[in-house]
Order: sequence, then structure tokens, then C-alpha cells
Amino acid sequence: MAHHNKEVIYGLYDDETDLLKAVKEAKDLHLDIMDVYSPFPVHGLDPILGLAESRLHIAGFVYGSLGTLTAFLGMTWVFTKDWPVIFGGKPYWSVPAFIPITFELTVLFACVGMVITFYIVCGLGPGVTNVYLDDRITDDKFCIAFDTATVDGAAAKSFLTKTGAEVNHKVI
Amino acid sequence: MSGHVSPIRPPLVTGNKTYHQITEDLISPTERVPSKAWIIGFILSVSVFAVGAFCILWTIWNGIGTWDLNRTINWGWDITNFVWWIGIGHAGTLISAILLIFRQKWRTGVNRAAEAMTIFAVMCAGLFPLIHMGRIWLAMFIFPYPNTRGPLWVNFNSPLLWDVFAISTYFTVSLLFWYTGLVPDFATVRDRAKGMRKKIYNFLSFGWTGSAKHWQRWEYLSLILAGIATPLVLSVHTIVSFDFATSVIPGWHTTIFPPYFVAGAIFSGFAMVLTLMIITRKILGLEDYITIEHVESMNKVILVTGTIVGVAYLTELFIAWYSGYVYEQFAFFNRAAGPYWWSYFGMMFCNVLSPQLFWKKSWRRNIWLTFFMSIFINIGMWFERFVIIATTLARDYLPSSWSYYSPTWVEIGIFIGTMGLFFTLYLIFCRVAPVVAVAEIKSILKTGGNQYVGPDAHHAHSHDEVEVKAETESH
Repeated sequence: MAHHNKEVIYGLYDDETDLLKAVKEAKDLHLDIMDVYSPFPVHGLDPILGLAESRLHIAGFVYGSLGTLTAFLGMTWVFTKDWPVIFGGKPYWSVPAFIPITFELTVLFACVGMVITFYIVCGLGPGVTNVYLDDRITDDKFCIAFDTATVDGAAAKSFLTKTGAEVNHKVI
Repeated sequence: MSGHVSPIRPPLVTGNKTYHQITEDLISPTERVPSKAWIIGFILSVSVFAVGAFCILWTIWNGIGTWDLNRTINWGWDITNFVWWIGIGHAGTLISAILLIFRQKWRTGVNRAAEAMTIFAVMCAGLFPLIHMGRIWLAMFIFPYPNTRGPLWVNFNSPLLWDVFAISTYFTVSLLFWYTGLVPDFATVRDRAKGMRKKIYNFLSFGWTGSAKHWQRWEYLSLILAGIATPLVLSVHTIVSFDFATSVIPGWHTTIFPPYFVAGAIFSGFAMVLTLMIITRKILGLEDYITIEHVESMNKVILVTGTIVGVAYLTELFIAWYSGYVYEQFAFFNRAAGPYWWSYFGMMFCNVLSPQLFWKKSWRRNIWLTFFMSIFINIGMWFERFVIIATTLARDYLPSSWSYYSPTWVEIGIFIGTMGLFFTLYLIFCRVAPVVAVAEIKSILKTGGNQYVGPDAHHAHSHDEVEVKAETESH
């Protein structure tokens, strides 16, 4: 990622309820939160933080449809155009027999496509090393981070102290 | 933080854990030097697997003639083992997908290990169709790829090919689902590690930061994957049952096969999960995360699916009689009273009668009984597949073709070898990854654990909890 030499001020909370309260307060004070980090998904955070709903399911639908078409049209082409063979006196285009493979490929395409999309849009993947603000975030701390480029450092610090966080800063 | 309990449900995480303690309890097994029990288990598993590998090589070198299959009984232990392993491989995705959709929080204690078990079981299963082809070096012929032989395509109308698609899809989806769940936990391991270990886990954790947006997408992904994995898991054993049901062999040609196979798969899968989890929780000291509540919930599933399987057996018998079709009637009479009567008896006893003990609550919550039952059920489910395959084939339409089959040492060796492979992989998994989903356990701590803070929460007044509370406050 290109944003080097960015000074980040972050606060660590002990509990998700403190985090939720603090995020709400920061929004009321119009403090621009850079990001929130937590050891597990905190429910009720997304609406307060103003995160838009994920569109991953739309991607999944598109990939799934692609799988359906690949399987069904592929089998149709093979058995009616490329190499028609009669199996057990059945018609070349025996639709019911195509259903299982069509279903499996729908699921396969949807899953593989969605998982790859997930890692790409999150900027995650094998070999990716991100900046980790604090080692305790994946353990038991809940973190609110402010970028000093958009939020006044002193204001951020006093806000974090006031809401009961352990305040730290890091240049990334 | 302690002292809150839900008035409605017994807690799924006990022991007044803090988030940090959860991390400590679940990650530290991957950081310790392996215990003596682990090393002995590992050496044993690898040796057993080596025997299996030798027998597989023996088969490939000398051909399928090293097995005792014949013109009449052309599927024996190979396909029996295949169906058995695939069935075992059904519990993982069932636990993680269907129970996620039904919002069953007890899944969090066992889903990780169950999914791992699924993947390893499917690997063992996949081995059998490959080696039973005889010429394993031509195994890629089962995939429809443009080739210089025409191109000559595979037969898309064949249930055996549907099986290829079903199992490879199931394996891929289970692997992706499992790994995506592991990524945040690998990040937890990474952030506690130093040196080379940190580098390895940094690679495995894909650079996970725990950002709110990532968590949101992660939860979305898990839910949608669960949504599509649910019909998938039901489809896989349905399609396996088509291998038999679409044939015209009396005893196989029945419409009850798909639901009956799926119920049997869940039944045997849960039994294997119990076998493994009872050992794992004891050895790794995870009794606070995999509680008696978890064991009881799984035993309830076993009771239900075992009973469904029992109903299916009886329905088969009834329909065979009611059909008035003499070949069908003979097939079932032969199963129960023919040369393989002992496997039919084993199947009925282990699968239908023994799980009925679980109607009694205190027996459902008995660890020893559960452990023996889980092994019993897996023996019973192996017999079921043997009954369906070998017993049915042994009695052909033509009495002159009637035959009997017993396995050679090669076939027994391969079967035992897959168990070695399964346990080897499971033991490696226990060392490198947290066997309980750390982030998911943390996320249910306050809604399903003994630190419940939801509506109607009240302070517990039992002695030790009050003491712990006083202790935390004094810090």
C-alpha cells in the first residue's frame, strides 16, 4: 500500500461494549475514524461506523450463474454438437441427467469466485504483509485508529483517553 | 466481567474465561513441544499409513488382481471404504454450514476440528475410486478436458461422473470454507509468535488485520458459503447413492437411497467427530470449550439420524415385500439370512438398536458411553455399506454366478492405511492450527457463554463465581 509515513493514533479498549460506545461518541463529535480493529466480529458495529453492506453476495450470484451456464451449455454442446452419442436409447439432449453436474458447478464457481473476490477486495492473500498496529488486537483488545492527516492529533488523544482507551501512536 | 449467566440455556463456554485466556488456552497447544502421547500417536499413525502406502503401491504394481474381487462381486472393500469415508466427511460441513444457518451457537466449539476431519476424510475417500480404476496413471481421463483423442468426452449421463464432480466440488468448497475460518486465528498465532514461526504464520494468515470492514465481509462470506454448502453437503451423498440407485440391481434400485444415505452420512460423521473430540478435549484440556452440552447436542443428532436410518432399513424391507417383485424380495431376504447375515446383524445392532440408549439424558451426557457408542456406530456404518455392496452383488440373477468374497491382505492393508493417513493428518492439524475456532468462541462468549450479558441476565450466586468476581475486581 502506498500511504507511507502516516502517523496513526490508536486507542485500545478492553471490551466490545466500550468500543461501541466510543465509536458512537466519535461519530457524534465528527471525528473521522480511520479504521476499527477487533479480535472477532463485533455485532452492531457496522451501522454505527456507517459501513455499507457488503456486495459479496452479488458477486456470488454472478459467479454461480456463470457456473450454471458453463456446465449446462458445455454438456449441451458436447452431447448435441461436438460428439453426439446415444446412451441407453436416451435422447442426445437428456436434460435431467445434466442437473447434478450443473448444480455442482454452480456451487463450485460461486464459492471459489467469492472466496477469491473476498481476498482481493480486502487486500489479503498469501504473501501479503500488512501493517499491524498492535499485537494484542488479535488477542483481546478492541482498537479505534485515527489518521493524523484527517484528525487533529491532540483531539484524537484526548478523545481516546476520555473514553477509557490505552492510547498509542505509530508511524506507518 | 464474570458472574453473568443466561437464565435460559446452559453456557457453552465455562470457566469464567476472559478473551485473553481463550487465546491462551486455544493457541498454546500449537506453541508447546509435542507431548509424549502426541509423539506416540504420530509414530503409530505414520507407521499404519506406511503399511497402507505399501499396499497401494502393491496394487498399482501388480494390478487389481491382488484384490479378491471377481466377475460377480466387482465392488468390495474398495467402494465400501469409499462410501464410508465420504459419509464421515459429511459432519464437518453440516456442523459449520447447516448449524450456522440455524444459528446453533454450540457449533463454534467443534466446527474447526469437524471441518478439518471432513477434509481429511474426503482425501481418504477419494483415494479408493482412484486406485480401483486399476490404471491410476490414466486417472485424469475422468475429467472432461479437450484432448487429442477426438476430443473424446466423458459420459455426463453417468452417476459415476456426477460423483467426480460432487466430490471434487465438496472437497474444494470445504477446504476454502475451513481455511477462510482459519485466517483470523492464524493471525492470532502470528501476533504471539517470534522469528521464523512469525514469518510462517504471517504467510498463512494472509496479512489479516482484524479491520471492521474485513470482519463484515468475512461474516458475509461465511454465511453465503454456508448457504450454498448446505445443499451441496446434501447433494454429495445423494449423488453417491445414485451410483447404486440408478442401476438395475435388486436391492440398489430404490428411490429411498438418497435421503437414507444422507442421514447415514450425518450419523457416521457425527460419530467420528465425537470419537475425535472426546480424545482431543481430554488431551488438550479443552473441557471448558467442548462441554458436556456439546456432547449432548451431538448425541441428540446421532439419536435422530440413527433412528432415520433405522426407519429407512425397515422401509426397505417393507417395500421389498410389498412390491411383490420376487428378485427384490430375494435380495432383502438374502441380506438378512444369506451368507453375509453377520454383517446385516452388525449393521442393525450398531446403527439402529444401540443409539436408542441415547433417549436417556444421563446416558447422552456420559463421556465413556458416548465414546464407545461413536466407535460402535462407525463399525455399524461400515457394515451398512458392506451389506449394500458385497451382499447384494454376491447373489446374481443367475445362481451359477453366485459367489462369495472376502478381502485379501492388500485390501485390508489399504483400509487400515487410510485410517493411518487420517490420523496422521489430524495430528499434524492439532499441532499447527487451533483446534477450536478462537475468534468464533470469543464472539459467543457474551451471548452463549457463561458471561451472558443479554436480556434477563442475572448475577450468579454460586460460591466460586462470586470469588472470581471479587478477585478480578481487586486487581
